[in-house]
Parts: sequence; C-alpha cells; structure tokens
Amino acid sequence: MAIFGLWVINKAGGLVYHRNFADGLAQLTSNEYLVLAGTLHGIHAITSRLSPMGSSSGAQVIEGESFKMTILLTATGTKFVLLTSLADSTAEATLQKVYETYSDAVMKNPFHTPEMPIRSEAFDVRIAALIGSGQG
Amino acid sequence: MAYSQPHPRLSLLSNSSVSSMEHFSPTTSSTRFSLPSSAPTTLGANKPPLSRPNIYDRNLAKPRVSDVSGAAFSFLFSEIVQYTQKRVSGINDLERRLNTLGYRIGTRVLELMVWRVESSSKAPKREIRLLPSLMSIHTQVWRAVFGKPADAIEKSVENADEYMIIDNDPPIERHISVPKDMSQLSCSSFTAGIVEAVLDGLGFPARVTAHSTPTAQFPSRTTILIKLEKSVLEREELLKQ
Repeated sequence: MAIFGLWVINKAGGLVYHRNFADGLAQLTSNEYLVLAGTLHGIHAITSRLSPMGSSSGAQVIEGESFKMTILLTATGTKFVLLTSLADSTAEATLQKVYETYSDAVMKNPFHTPEMPIRSEAFDVRIAALIGSGQG
Repeated sequence: MAYSQPHPRLSLLSNSSVSSMEHFSPTTSSTRFSLPSSAPTTLGANKPPLSRPNIYDRNLAKPRVSDVSGAAFSFLFSEIVQYTQKRVSGINDLERRLNTLGYRIGTRVLELMVWRVESSSKAPKREIRLLPSLMSIHTQVWRAVFGKPADAIEKSVENADEYMIIDNDPPIERHISVPKDMSQLSCSSFTAGIVEAVLDGLGFPARVTAHSTPTAQFPSRTTILIKLEKSVLEREELLKQ
C-alpha cells in the first residue's frame, strides 16, 4: 500500500512535475523521466484509438509485476499519473485530490506559466501534506 | 497616472458586492485590448434583459456576503498580477500598481462601510481620532472585504508614526507562491492600497506598504505597515489637549 511517485504531464506530452515518495522504483535521471513521460503520452494517445467499443479516453490503469500506474486524463488534456504498489486501491481518489490541489496552487498562481514546469512551493507543500511519505 | 485595469473579459466576474470591484464596460477599454470592432456596438445594445435585479438597484443596507466564489476572485486577481507584471519595470513598480488598484477599491469600501454602520444607529458620528480609526480599519474594513477581522494590530516601538496590521493568512494570497527571485514582492500591496484609501478618506494621510513576515506557524503571514504623515501626529497632539 505505497505510493511511489506522481507525474504531471501537460497536453503536449512534456513532463511538468515529478516527485518520488516511497522507495521501490529504480532511481532515474531527470532526462529519463522526461523520455518516459513522453512515451507514456504517446501510448495513452494510441490506446484511445484501440478501443473496440468506439471512442474512449485512453489507458487508465497500467499494471506491472510490482507496481501499477493510474492515469487521470483531465478535460484540458493534462495527465496526472500516480505510480503505486499493486495493493493500492485509493489511487483514483488521490488523483482527484491532486487535481484539485493543482487547480488551486498552480492554476491560480500568477507566477506560473501554463504548460511549463511547475515550480510552486505551495503545490509541493500541499502534495506533501496530501500524500505524505507514501506509506499506508 | 495610468491605472492598470482588470481584463475586460473577466469583468463579468466582478458583478457582485463582496469586494465591490468596478464593472468596466468593454467599450472604454476596447482600444487597449483590440476587441473586434463590432463588439463595442453590439455588446451594449443587444444585451438581453437580466432576470436578476441590476447590482446598482440592490438595497445597500443588505449585503449578500456570499456572492462571489473565492476561486473566481483568485483567477481574476491572478490575471491582474500577470497583466501588471508585463507592464512594469520592477518589483517596486508592481507593488505600486497593485497599491493603486487597491486604492480605487478602498475609497468605495470606506463609503459603503461607513454608510452601513452608521446609518442604522441613532447618532451617526465620524471617527476623527487616530486610534479608533485604526481599530475600525482592523475590524470593520477587514470584515467588509474579507469576511473576518484582521489578526492583530500593533504600534511600532521605534517610530511613533508607524502602526502595523497583521493578517496570518491573507485570502487574496492564498494560492499565490512567489518565485524565489521575487521574494520581496508581496501581493498584499493590493490590501495595502485598500487601507491607504480608507485612511485618506478618513483624513489620516499615510504611506501603506505590505511586507511578508512568515512564521513557522503561518507561512503566509503578512504585515501591513502604516506610516502616518507628520500632520496627522501633530493634529492628534492638538486634539489630545
């Protein structure tokens, strides 16, 4: 029941925020995070076309052997990706709260340029309060 | 002096009574914001009649404090700060412009506040002494604008002409994080402008600035520093006798 990391990807596919919480995943360089985020953006776009039922939104949960990724796609094209352990069941609720925090601390901040990397202390503090150390 | 105005697109959000922002008509500002030329003539003429009463016709004595959503104001204020930032040369200039904007609100807040408080009493009077005026700013202005009184009011020990009003969590700054290279900036210069206008209206000219004085418990604690002019202190001395 651990939260490993949070990524925020803008609508062009660029990573604007990433943060690690509990240990459990390999440590990557920041460049590798950028590459992975871009790849995930591409995969998400492809999966939205693969649905047999007509239009769909794209992958929402991607499960691996030791972790799973929950993706929240907002109406504006921003993606919030939460990397958690397999046992975690609260990922979607947490992502909704992260979205709320994003719209409060980032969108209402006059010093933030939309679609650019997030450098907001208020956002960091609130995410830390929300997710904590990622345990439990 | 050219006043910066909130973007006309957002003027719809200001149609409320909480901070009594002016309703700027698109026609006056169309020259600045390059609206299509057909817009000024059609916007005013073809407005469908509103089912709600016009804000100007509403009863002054009954404030509806819960009119504007905090989120709407945050977006408007964020846009004001961004707009001003593009047109200034430095932090001091930005603070001065926010101060000017707040000043325009403060004059209206003073009128409305005094009217609402005194009109219902049997013997309406005007504050002419300094300390009661400062106390009324501390409680009534804050209550009229933010919905709660300010957290503290202090007199400076070093200078006799300085007073400080402290707000532990200013509502307008709640979602703003100033980047490290602009750490001197306090967006509460807007509030300082409101206080300056109220003081000017009451007859106590002063220079009012805002400074952020964070503590561990309240990281966004802000101090509004009021530096009164000499004439005010001299007058207080005379009135004391």
